[in-house]
Order: sequence, then C-alpha cells, then structure tokens
Amino acid sequence: MTSPLLKKILLPLIGVVVLGGFGWVVTQQGPMAATRITVVTVTNQAISASVFGIGTVEARYNYRIGPTAAGRVQQVLVDVGDSVQAGQTLAIMDAVDLDSRIQAAGLAAERATASIASANAQTKEANARFTLAQHEAQRQQSLAAKSLVSQSSSDARQQDLAVANAAVEASHAAAAVAKKEQQRLQAEQQALRQQQANLTLTASVAGMITSRDAEPGTTLVAGQAVLTLADPQSYWVKARIDQSLALGLQAGQTASITLRSAPQQALPGKLVRIEPLSDSVTEERIVGIAFTPVPAALSSGELAEVTLQTGQKDSALVIPNAAIQQQTGQSGVWKLTPDNSLQFTPVQTGIHSLDGQIEILSGLQADDTIVVYTSSALSADSKIKVVEKL
Amino acid sequence: MISLAARDIAHSWSKYVLTGIGLGLLIGVTLSMAGIFRGMVDDAQVLLRNSQADVWVVQKDTQGPYAESSSLPDDVYRSILGMPGVQQAANVTYFTMQVQHQGKDTRVMVVGFESGQPGAPPSLIAGRHVTRSHYEAVADVKAGFKLGEKIRIRRNEYTIVGLSQRTVSSGGDPMVFIPLADAQVAQFQKDNDAIVSGRERTAANPAFNRPNVPGLLEAVQMSQTTSHNVNAVLVQVRAGWDAAQLAADIQRWKHLQAYTYADMEEISVKKLIATSAKQIGLFLVILTIVSTAIVSFIIYTMTLGKIREIAVLKLIGTRNSTISWMILQESLGLGLVGFIIGKTVATLWAPVFPKYVLLLPLDAVLGLLVIVVVCTLASVMAIRAALKVDPAEAIGG
Repeated sequence: MTSPLLKKILLPLIGVVVLGGFGWVVTQQGPMAATRITVVTVTNQAISASVFGIGTVEARYNYRIGPTAAGRVQQVLVDVGDSVQAGQTLAIMDAVDLDSRIQAAGLAAERATASIASANAQTKEANARFTLAQHEAQRQQSLAAKSLVSQSSSDARQQDLAVANAAVEASHAAAAVAKKEQQRLQAEQQALRQQQANLTLTASVAGMITSRDAEPGTTLVAGQAVLTLADPQSYWVKARIDQSLALGLQAGQTASITLRSAPQQALPGKLVRIEPLSDSVTEERIVGIAFTPVPAALSSGELAEVTLQTGQKDSALVIPNAAIQQQTGQSGVWKLTPDNSLQFTPVQTGIHSLDGQIEILSGLQADDTIVVYTSSALSADSKIKVVEKL
Repeated sequence: MISLAARDIAHSWSKYVLTGIGLGLLIGVTLSMAGIFRGMVDDAQVLLRNSQADVWVVQKDTQGPYAESSSLPDDVYRSILGMPGVQQAANVTYFTMQVQHQGKDTRVMVVGFESGQPGAPPSLIAGRHVTRSHYEAVADVKAGFKLGEKIRIRRNEYTIVGLSQRTVSSGGDPMVFIPLADAQVAQFQKDNDAIVSGRERTAANPAFNRPNVPGLLEAVQMSQTTSHNVNAVLVQVRAGWDAAQLAADIQRWKHLQAYTYADMEEISVKKLIATSAKQIGLFLVILTIVSTAIVSFIIYTMTLGKIREIAVLKLIGTRNSTISWMILQESLGLGLVGFIIGKTVATLWAPVFPKYVLLLPLDAVLGLLVIVVVCTLASVMAIRAALKVDPAEAIGG
C-alpha cells in the first residue's frame, strides 16, 4: 500500500524540489539575476569640510650654537635634554694663542703711545726752531731794508724760516700717524678680546638642548654647531597636505593633532602658517600647526596626524561619496527614476567631509533617489533589486 | 502513444533518481571545473577592468605591472598628461604582501591609488571611499576585513573604511586600496634595522662624511630613505583618440613601455594563466570521458536488467526504432536530471570555493549539449545489446 502512495507523492515532490532549486539557480544567481543595490535619498543637511595631513613635531625655532671661527672645543657644559636659561654658558672653545695675541696687541699699543710722546717732543723742538728762525728772518729783513746787511743774507734767513715751518708740519704729521697707530692697535686688541668672549658659547634664549654635536677636543670649522638648542614653547607640527585637498586652507583655522605616541588623544591646535612654496615632487602643501597649548614632553621628529576644519555649510545637498561613479570619464551618480529604471546623472561636487559625505553643487535635487552600493557594475538597462544592505 | 520510457522510469524510479543524483554530482563537478577556469580568466580581466585604464605605461622593456616588476619615477605622469589624446593619467603601485590582521597574516595585493583617478576602487558594497590622504584603506570583501577594523601594513595601521567586491589580483588575491603616498612608503621602505645600518654605512664612507661640509651626510641619508617611484601610470584616452596610437607615441617619445587593453589582456590572460588553463582543460576532458563512461555503464546495466521485457516487446512485434527510442529517452532523461541537479549544486557550492568560480550560462548550455551527445553515444551500446536480443528469450528458461 505504501509503495504506490510514495510513488504518487514522493516522486512529484522530488521533482518539484529539484525543478524549484534549478529555477531559483537560473533566475537568482548568475548573469540573469538582478543586481542588488542600496539606495539613499538626497537630502539637505549640514556638512563640514576637513582636510587631513601628516607631519612631524618640530621646534619652530632651533638655535644651532657654535663658534664663529675655526677652533677646538675645550669644554661642553650641558647635555641633551638639559634646560638652559638665556645667557647661560653652554660650552667653551679652546683659546689656543689668543691670549698671547691680545698681549702682543697691548704691547704694540703701548709702543704707539710712546711714539705719540716722541712725536709731541719733536713738535716742540720744531716749534722752537721755527720761532727762532722767524725772529732772525724779521731782523735780517729790516736790516736789509736799511741796507745794513746784504739782500742775499736776508734771503738765506727767509729760507731758514721756510725749512723750520716744514719741520713743524712734519712733526705734526708724525704725531697724527702715531695717534692713528695707537687707535688701530687698540681696536685690534678690542677685536681679539671680542674673539675671546666669543669662545664662550652662551644660550641665546631659554630652551632645551636637543642635540650635542661635538665633544671636547673636536676641531670645528666656522659655522659648525656644538649644540642645538630648541625653544620648547615653539614646538609645532609641520604637516603636509595633499594639494588636491588643500583648497580653503586659511591661517587661524582650528586643527586637531594626534600624536603617534598617543593615538587615542586629540590635541587642539591652530593653523599658523601656510608656506608659499609647495613640494613639487610630492605635490603637497606644507603648513605649520601650533599646539594650543603646547603639551609637555614633546619629542621632536615624532609623527603626527592633523585634521583641519576648512569650511562649514549649514545646508547643502549631501550624498555619500560611495555613490559617485565614473562613466566614460565623467563623475556622476546612478539615479533611480520613478518608474524604477536607472539613469546616469553627471554631478558637480563641492566640499568633502572626512566621514565620506560629499556636497552636490549641481545635477541632483533634494528627494532624488540615488544608488549607493551595488553588487556588480551597473548599466542603464541593468535589472535591479533594491535591498536594505548588501 | 504511451511513453514506454516514462512507464519504465516510474516503475524503478528510486533507482533512476539515485542514479540521476550521482550523475548530477559528477556533472556539478565538471561544471564547477569549467567555472574555476572561467573564474581564473575573469580574475585576470577584472583586474584590468577595475583599473579603468586604456593604456598602461610601465618601465621600458618590462611586462609590468602585473606580470613583471616595473618601476617608474612618480613624476613621469606629468609628461604623459601633457600628451595629446590623454584624458587622465595617474600613478599606481601594486604589490602582493602579507597583511597583519588580528594576529593572522592575510595575503593581499596592496594597491596604491590616487583618489578619484584611474586605479581607485570602482564601486563599493559598504562603507565609504577614502577621504584622508593617509592611513585609510578600502578592502575587498574576500579579505575578511570588517569596516572600522585596523590592519597593519608594514609600519603603519590602516583603518578599513570601505569594502569593495570583485577587486582581485590576477592570482585571485583580494585587493587592499591605500593612498599612493602610503603605498610608496610601504613598498620601498626598509625595516628599521636596515635603515640604521644603512645610515652607519653611509657615515663610514668618507666621501659622504666630510668634516668641512656640514649637512652633507644628513642630506645624503635623507635622499636614501625617500622613494619617488611607482609601478605604472594608468592612462585614460580622450574620446575619439586611438589607444594603440597613443601607446605607440608614448613608446616612441617617452622611452617607456605602453600597453593597450588588448596587449594587457594578452599578457594577463594568455601568458600568466596559460599553464593553469591547460591543466584545467585537460581535467575537463578527463571528466567528460569519465562521465560518458559512467552514463554508458548505467544505461547498459539498466538495459541488461530489462532484457526479458525487451524480448517480450519484440515478441509482440514492437518495432526496433521504438525500443531504441525508449532506451535513448531514458538515457537523455537521465542526462537531463543529472544536468539540472549538477547545475543546481554547482551554483550552490560555487561560493564555498576559495577562488572565484564563474558559472556562465553559455557554459551551462554547452554542457547540456555535451550531455545530450554523451548520453546519445552512451546509449548506443545498450541499444545494440537490446536489438540483438532474441525474442525467444521471452519464453525461454
């Protein structure tokens, strides 16, 4: 009894199951199946544009402290990490022969002083001779006028007077030369003293020693640094922003800085500088973002991420950026028409927010329905099925 | 006219259905095998389609960037952008690597792309496109990463912000798209030990470490740690311009290798997967032969099992063609049942395969035709046996 019953029910049942499965396979899977899509309605909402960049923590002001002339380091008094006050002695250069040269210059100056005295004495002598020659010349002249002496004798006295006059002038010049020589030697001594003072390397500002580049005994050329001093209050982030995102950057914009050492914590900052020169190789703008306030214990050279608020619109047509597709070189979205067919609509986009929203300037209207995600590439005659989630 | 085949099937339906299922599974395997081959070809093509390029510009005399390594300076694209007929040109890097994710390594192809340019992920199935110029990634859903998860590529952590589908390398590895600048660093950056020892090596070289040239050593070291290379430049051709002509122009004037879509397809599809394709093709042939043999045996056994009945039919004067048609009908029916089951199971288990299995309707139709031919051939032996039956056997011992 059971066998025919089985035959009557089971056989068609198996047939139905198999054919049903086959039918499902043919219509729901593979190329004949409808492309599943999710849609979103275009709405007016607030959107804030931000840009993102990475940079490194750096001291805005770095002071590389070193000698102004070639020399050897005698002493380095501070080490990396030390805080120093303005004017504090940091290192001393070896004087070598400077003291002897100062002494030599001093002695030469003294000699010049003696030369001045000698010149002055010569002047007095010349003046005395001049006075005598003058009297003699006048007397001879008056006697010659009365024809008591010969004219030639009077002329000889006149010549003596001229010679005495020249001697006076020569002695004046010698005194001036000695004076100048004295001044020159004094200046030279002053320069050497200045140089001696420069051998003491002092901190130009209060700050922290960030690098110690030379040790005692090292010989340096002029301009080479012994120590690098950074002003901890001048720490900022020198960040690089992709040129394509750099629109709308303005000094004063608020920023959020995340240090690599503290990824969970966002520090407040402010855009203080947009460098006029872009990096032409990496195609990035270089900006400086100051910490407000500067946190303690920053490490120079640390990687930091910065996010800058560049704009805000209270009401704009906003869509998710995943909806933007490229078709034959045009950016646009797939719009769902009221009769449930697809239409590619080119759009113009405005500001982008970091959470993936994008402003639409033209091409769409509020309450348009557009495709966001698709299970495969779409074309105008694609068979579609709208689903909640792919 | 009543169908003898239908009656016979109805009589021994359980045996028939079980045989059909067995054959169906075999056909399912065959169709899957074809699907695996199609999937391989499609993987290679999808890579080309996803890059949305008309011309690939790579290092001179290489077959890059997919078949061979290729390295170009990253400012080459500017000179290409200036050529007539170029709509867009963008840098791109490709490299296959292990990505750390939840303590495990996942093999992926990391793509460095420029936002909104050729090479970027074409469409998403969840999440959003990359908006930050660093440390965000869009991953293929097959890689198993979830939205919001962090993955580590070399030194940096990347947040998965979007998921794409069918974005794979020609080897079937899922792609992870990261911003170009990050990809350049990840591809060419050495590990810390190598950088430190490299610095020491440079410092030990008197040519770079001259005491009277302050700053020289630092400059040399900086130049050693930065990379401005990419693997290829993807070019989109302006409407109305010929891609092949543009590729020839680039080759001639820029001294770089340029491939059109057809060239690239040749390299990716024909050269890269040629051996695997032959392997699978051979396997398909063997499977077809095995299927034919199995169908023949089944039909032959079924016919031999009914030898008495056939003798009776002959005795009552049934024509040979009717008997042949009956056996052929049974054979074709078996093939049809097998095909329906095979196609269904192949579709059902296709997503389980680790690599993409693409079941084309054309392949299914071809498969059906092959099954009809195979079943017809397979019934020949049984028909011959049936026709040779002596009607006397019906009444004999």
